[in-house]
Amino acid sequence: MAEKTYLQAISDGLRQEMQHDKRVFVIGEDVGVYGGAFKVTLGFQEEFGPWRVIDAPLSETAIVAGCTGAAIMGMRPVAEMQFADFISCAWDHLVTVAAKQRYRAGTPVPITVRLPSGGGFSGGPFHSQNPESSFAHIAGLKIICPATPEDAKGLLANAIQDPNPCLYFEHKHLYRRIKAEVPDERYTTPFGKARTHREGSDISVITWGAMVYTADEAASELESEGLSVEIIDLRTLVPWDKAAVLESAAKTSKVLVLHEDTRTGGFGGEIAATIAEEGFEDLDAPVKRITAPDTPVPFSPPLEKAFIPQVEDVVSGLRDLAEY
Amino acid sequence: MAIAREAEPVGSLREVKEAGLDREDLLGVYRNMLVTRGIEERGHILYKQGKIPGSFYTGRGNEASAVGIATAMGPNDVGTPLHRDMGVHITRGVEPWKIFAQYMGRADGPTRGKDGNVHMADSNLGLLAMVSHLPAMLPVAVGCALAFRIRQEKRVAVGWFGEGAAARGDAHEGMNLAGVRRLPVVFVCDNNQWAYSTPTHLGFPIEHVADRAQAYGFEGVVVDGTDVLAVYREAKRAIEKARSGGGPTLIECLTLRMEGHAVHDDAFYVPKDMFEKWAENDPIERFRSWLRENADMSDEEEDEITGGVKKLMNDALQRAEQSPLPDPATLTDGVFATPEELDTPHHK
Repeated sequence: MAEKTYLQAISDGLRQEMQHDKRVFVIGEDVGVYGGAFKVTLGFQEEFGPWRVIDAPLSETAIVAGCTGAAIMGMRPVAEMQFADFISCAWDHLVTVAAKQRYRAGTPVPITVRLPSGGGFSGGPFHSQNPESSFAHIAGLKIICPATPEDAKGLLANAIQDPNPCLYFEHKHLYRRIKAEVPDERYTTPFGKARTHREGSDISVITWGAMVYTADEAASELESEGLSVEIIDLRTLVPWDKAAVLESAAKTSKVLVLHEDTRTGGFGGEIAATIAEEGFEDLDAPVKRITAPDTPVPFSPPLEKAFIPQVEDVVSGLRDLAEY
Repeated sequence: MAIAREAEPVGSLREVKEAGLDREDLLGVYRNMLVTRGIEERGHILYKQGKIPGSFYTGRGNEASAVGIATAMGPNDVGTPLHRDMGVHITRGVEPWKIFAQYMGRADGPTRGKDGNVHMADSNLGLLAMVSHLPAMLPVAVGCALAFRIRQEKRVAVGWFGEGAAARGDAHEGMNLAGVRRLPVVFVCDNNQWAYSTPTHLGFPIEHVADRAQAYGFEGVVVDGTDVLAVYREAKRAIEKARSGGGPTLIECLTLRMEGHAVHDDAFYVPKDMFEKWAENDPIERFRSWLRENADMSDEEEDEITGGVKKLMNDALQRAEQSPLPDPATLTDGVFATPEELDTPHHK
């Protein structure tokens, strides 16, 4: 056990899977010699060679489609999108080919696509998005959004070993900012099992990814005011831990759903609807959502700050719920 | 001006032998072409009888191209045939009754009613099921070749696309990646001259799709797609070249889509004389004449093959009609794979 950054945990997890299973290979733009735009695969090409750490042309379609073909031929490909935003160029190959191949043709497609996502650095409209909700709508894809270094490693290993297409959203704002103890050995973290990030009794926050920490800061601030906030980190959106959410809702009777993605059609809506359908009797207040507004991600710092839910937004939302 | 090499027709029986086919093989090729057409002709009848849900797509006119390429593939090679390439499924050994069951959306079709038409494949025969988005399977074939290259296996992937789909980015990205990495893949363009109602000059501004190969650093060749032996010879060359590390080849098979885009399309936009001219080049009739003239195919042999195919079709139809429709309770089955499913020859 050692303290690792979120980024190092991803890198270590990937390296261990490659050491353990020679069917695992990495393909992406600048992943080889350069070690990836964020250096997740730094040193990998020296260790595994140029045919297991493959520098691809700027061809997201060919990268994801190539992974699909290789996976059907028995490999365990891990594609890196340089930024999650670029997955739009490979939409067809995830949604049309990989997601449907098992259902219609009986062919499993065990691919993992790593997606550095999220904002907070003035990355602008094309380097900051959180497109997980769009893909959660597509049957056949698994959606993974780790928040902690330990989960980042275990969920990545589980994605690589899973027999289905897995979209692994790694939040860029957590890469070097978040450090925690990570087991040295190889392990997997199961999908569909939420983690209670913080126990509380007055209000539940259902969230994932970087927003776990935003919620945690807000909860700490309100603790001094005597408000006890529970934070449920979903870890994965497909499958998502409905039971844990309903259980927490039943316990606190007030729920805030928080995500960095935009509002309309965001996965928070699915969570809120499910609580309304299945946990209505447990509620003392309407389910509240705090999300980014329905705009592209803006570039300039004050605009971006206004776009991404901030600690003060969550504090204010929690106060509203407490007072309801 | 054309850049791609234009393949010569195949002449004598001796020449064919040199390319790897003996007389028995040739009769088998003829039979596969007849089965291919037989299935699609019976499919038309099923459609008229109202037994095929949705629309119905055939590859009439493309039998030589499909069977010729598939005949050149090795047993461990893989491919991504499309809706004009029934001959590939037949040559690789898919049982016709399963195809009829697929057409009719029955539980015994390869997709168990989850998908229709030629959106099917038997992965045990090295085939990957196509999607409607063309040429999406082309870069997938490149991925198969990438797996072979990583594992240093002497296997080849064949990726099919049409001249219409050549306009899409997938074709470019797939061929470019294959060229950059010299992957063991053969690209086959079935140029049947019509992308639904769009003629070739509105699809690409050069003489041949195969001319593009040069830009990707590999050879392009244009072959008469109604000449099964020429198609076979060019495919054999390309596949063996890829197998020995020589990288990709783009083969353009010039054919004609001898029917509409699908059964609902009467192809009014195709000039009548074009259909008439191409009917004279019917690939099956062409190969039949060749076999009679060059391989001494006798009346008895021909009757035996024709009769055998007819019986095969009748039996297959009967068996397919006995297959049940899928149980609605299976609707949500199989969205996700289980770990045990990875325990297959392909996934080891």
